[in-house]
Amino acid sequence: MPWEKERNMTEKQKKISLLDVEKVAGLARLGLTPEEKAKLGGQLNDILVYMEKLDELETSGIEPLAHILPLQNVLREDRVREGLSQEQALWNAPEKKDGLFKVPLVLE
Amino acid sequence: MTTKHRHETNLIFSKKKLYETVIGLEVHVQLKSRTKIFCGCAAGSGGEPNTRVCPICLGFPGVLPVLNRKVLELAVRAGLALNCEVSEFSKFDRKNYFYPDLPKAYQISQFDLPLNGPGYLDLRLEGKTRRIGITRAHLEEDAGKLVHFENDGFSGVDYNRTGVPLLEIVSDPDLRSPREASGYLKAIRSIMRYIDVSDCDMEKGSFRCDANISLRPVGSEKLGVKVEIKNMNSFKGVERAIAYEVERQREALESGEEIIQETRLYNADSQKTFSMRSKEEAHDYRYFPDPDLTPIVLEREWIEGIRSSLPELPDPRGDRFQEQYGLPEYDAGVLTAERQLADYFEAAAALTTKYKTLSNWIMVELLGKLNEADLEIKDSPVSPIQMAGLISLIEKGAISGKIGKQVFAEMFKTGKEAEVVVEEKGLLQISDTGELDRIVEEVISNNPGPVDDYRGGKKQALGFLVGQIMKATRGKANPGLVNQLLRDKLYNP
Repeated sequence: MPWEKERNMTEKQKKISLLDVEKVAGLARLGLTPEEKAKLGGQLNDILVYMEKLDELETSGIEPLAHILPLQNVLREDRVREGLSQEQALWNAPEKKDGLFKVPLVLE
Repeated sequence: MTTKHRHETNLIFSKKKLYETVIGLEVHVQLKSRTKIFCGCAAGSGGEPNTRVCPICLGFPGVLPVLNRKVLELAVRAGLALNCEVSEFSKFDRKNYFYPDLPKAYQISQFDLPLNGPGYLDLRLEGKTRRIGITRAHLEEDAGKLVHFENDGFSGVDYNRTGVPLLEIVSDPDLRSPREASGYLKAIRSIMRYIDVSDCDMEKGSFRCDANISLRPVGSEKLGVKVEIKNMNSFKGVERAIAYEVERQREALESGEEIIQETRLYNADSQKTFSMRSKEEAHDYRYFPDPDLTPIVLEREWIEGIRSSLPELPDPRGDRFQEQYGLPEYDAGVLTAERQLADYFEAAAALTTKYKTLSNWIMVELLGKLNEADLEIKDSPVSPIQMAGLISLIEKGAISGKIGKQVFAEMFKTGKEAEVVVEEKGLLQISDTGELDRIVEEVISNNPGPVDDYRGGKKQALGFLVGQIMKATRGKANPGLVNQLLRDKLYNP
């Protein structure tokens, strides 16, 4: 990988392959040039190396956290609230047709 | 069959492998709340596109979803009715994928900590009971609706359905035949309607089902490669789609083909399943906890409070109908399939002791007429009290069962009491001996042939004479009385 050679990485520091970068980019629907893949791959690798610091902590006795705030059961009543009109809802749509958002043909 | 023959048959079977069908179902039930799961938009169906939307369900940046309390209650209710372990701690997760019906590019669902954990349903089918495991029943939001304009080369999106609350009920791979699959679905639907958490209207899409189907050699424990079938929108459709798919997989396996894990769509017109255009990548939803929603923490006491508010469910109620009212299993099953129908029966049963007669009248006449008029039991023009009134007239002998049908038809049309209809139409059974005497004598003198036949020993001639009397009285004569009078007069002219 470009970032591995560039920085003389040890095996242990190699966290992400070009294939991984391409897969993640594909899932996010991002089209990347070879230069971008190299640049972002290096950055993603840095992030993963940095995150590894967390492994130094002893977490075996700690429950996984579901939310960072000490909140639970934030609920609303089942009451109808005025939303947007059709015109307002479609205001920013690049294209519309008969009250619908127009998108490229998707067929299952 | 000789021993030799039997041996040969076994050999043939051992050459051709026998397969076991393994089916698991994912059922989506639309919960009956007024508003959507995470915002205040109305949760109804139909209407002009994009008129029940707001910045939250349209996925605008910076908005915060908040869970609907009613939805949470309905989901717990449903979980308890399916014998699920309701979690004291659960959370929401984001399921990430790109599709135009999903404005946020993720669906809020539940991944590793669902609201309702393992449960089961005791499926009764053809006299047998089998326990079908339920893996989980979790909450999620519905997606929008796509309309395709193939000729014009575009699709349109209506986000009215986006954010409508769904409970996804996932079964274990415990179902073994298309009949079991549709039986399980009907049972789930019946329970959901009983506990009033959903309308479960398949046509309107408030009850949807996907099936996972695989085959494995009989005796094997390992599951085969499964195929997911979507787009089955009736109970018949589910049965047919699964039957077709089982046959397709069996043929493929027998000819040495490999089954590919894929999603196939059912086409109700051709009654076949078709492979969906395969996606280049396997699903990778990258679930992670939704930071916009807080965890749900439920207290045992609150959960038990909901449990105690559950009504008697269809199967136990059917058992009670057999015991308490002495009804046959079939009657009890029909009468308890819908809660309103069972309530109707019990309301009428409180006013009569002729339970089987009542059951017959409800199952044949009432359900027949409701079906003809496309009405539901709750809209029946004949109330349970009126139904009981009709039955008591028949039991008293005021009208015959045959006239009763005529009276019932009129009650159904007008909503009048049985007694009123009988009075207005002059249908009261003639039990007055004097009046019947006259008619019987008239019939005897008008039909000398059959009278002679009867006196000469042809007993079946009596039926003809009874018929003539019924005709003359337009069916109103008390049949017991007619027989008695006729015999008396024929023997003692």
